[in-house]
Amino acid sequence: MSDMLHDPMVLRQIIMDHYEYPRNHELSKDAGYCQKHMASDSCIDDIYVQAKIANGVIDDIRFDGVACTISTASTSIMSELLQGKSIAEARQILEQYYAMIDGKNYDAQMLEEAVAFHNVGRQANRIKCATIGWKAIEELMDESEKAHEQE
Amino acid sequence: MLDVHKIRKDFPMLEGHRMQGMPLIYLDNAATTFKPQSVIDAVTHYYTDISVNAHRGDYELSYQVDTEYESARETVARFLHADKREIVFTSGASEALNLVAYGFGRKLLKPGDVVLSSEAEHASSILPWMKTCEETGAELTYIPLDEEGRLTADNFERCMDHHVKIVALAQVTNVLGYEMPVKEICEIAHRYGAKVIVDGAQSVPHMPVDVLEMDCDFLAFSAHKLCGPTGIGVLYGKYEYLDWMDPFLLGGGSNARFDMCGNIMLKQPPYKFESGTPAIEAVLGMKAAIQYIDSIGMEEIHAYERELHRYVVERMMKMDNLVVYNPYSDSGIITFNVKDVFAQDGASFFNANGIAVRSGQHCAKLLMDKLGTSATIRASLYFYNTKEEADIFLDVCSKATLENCLDIFF
Repeated sequence: MSDMLHDPMVLRQIIMDHYEYPRNHELSKDAGYCQKHMASDSCIDDIYVQAKIANGVIDDIRFDGVACTISTASTSIMSELLQGKSIAEARQILEQYYAMIDGKNYDAQMLEEAVAFHNVGRQANRIKCATIGWKAIEELMDESEKAHEQE
Repeated sequence: MLDVHKIRKDFPMLEGHRMQGMPLIYLDNAATTFKPQSVIDAVTHYYTDISVNAHRGDYELSYQVDTEYESARETVARFLHADKREIVFTSGASEALNLVAYGFGRKLLKPGDVVLSSEAEHASSILPWMKTCEETGAELTYIPLDEEGRLTADNFERCMDHHVKIVALAQVTNVLGYEMPVKEICEIAHRYGAKVIVDGAQSVPHMPVDVLEMDCDFLAFSAHKLCGPTGIGVLYGKYEYLDWMDPFLLGGGSNARFDMCGNIMLKQPPYKFESGTPAIEAVLGMKAAIQYIDSIGMEEIHAYERELHRYVVERMMKMDNLVVYNPYSDSGIITFNVKDVFAQDGASFFNANGIAVRSGQHCAKLLMDKLGTSATIRASLYFYNTKEEADIFLDVCSKATLENCLDIFF
């Protein structure tokens, strides 16, 4: 994995692959899913993210909408990476991802394909594209935990 | 022909600025424009030399501010061929258009009345009317555009009847840059007794505009798109309508006198619309901007922009990796996409090459129906852009592919 970090061609290929063939790119009508609409007010991205969370575990993540390469690919990668993880594990991965985007130290091992975005900060206005889907799952996890506490 | 290299020396923003390590090429002039030194000096002149309130004091400095402030109104009036009593200072075109909808539309419109507009309008031209129609029970309808996305006098006339009270349209649209036949439209509208509100945000900075000749009832523009300061703009209105309509704000500066019984006597137009301390430095800066534009000549500016536009578009049309949506635009606005690349990814590629363009989602219906896309890149020219800049832009255009657009992230 650490070799990948140094090969822009591989990283670009990962982003293009997830943009052209986004994973989990269909919303579910199943009542077990919670949904977030993420529409950035400063860019064009306008996506819906769904998560099925039960007993503190993310069973499934889906998304759809109008979005750029960076937000489509980063959300697609996120949807694969966090599927089957517990909320606690997912939060650790999120923390590492945000650290990477902010240019801080991070655990590349944990982020897998998401390391492709490690230089997105070079285009500062695109940071929100690279995090829009991640913010959505964070909010969905918050809501799930809150609902659980209230039960 | 204007001397663009001489002109560029007047603009500090055109002197050696860089973006992403590359020389800055600014092609977002439909959003806002750079300021010549004379405008910057006019703004600082206020704060440095005459920093007191207008219309308030009995002392010499205040009188001097009043004089300069009112002479700016005369400059704007001459620029538009209007009377100075018909020039209302606002924070910009958006506020001016809202003022007409609120102060004129709300007073005039009744259920069953119709407001006519088009699908190519800027939000500032259409949203105030949506709200006003909702409040008054009037109906907002849209004039169909032709295949190219243009508003034609024929299509307009087909929509006209005696229920239409207001026609709200941009003289030059901000997405496609088409010019509407404004004189014909005013003539037709007036035959039916309707009033015409012209959004001049994209026309006034780029071509000679004569409100008497076009015979519009209201016209709005922003100074910052005309080399002037931000936060200042103008509403032109025929005096009798300004006199009849309500102000948007009440307060100091707009009233002549009032009493505790609730009687308010407002000042005459334009002062009844100018409550509170205005952006005095911006008004003086706007005057300097108009003087600067006049010193170059609006006819020359228009001709130069058209020529540069033609030069760029002809070359873009030959590139297989691009789609140009408005090759026959009447302005310096070029709306395009890189094939198979989302607009924002394309705009970032230009940014990485030091070129400022804008990506955006526009009126969804217009774009989906006429252009078949939800988002586009917009490059917009002004008279200080050069052929050399155009060549660099074209070179970057020719290199725009999905792979290259993504490489900027590595």
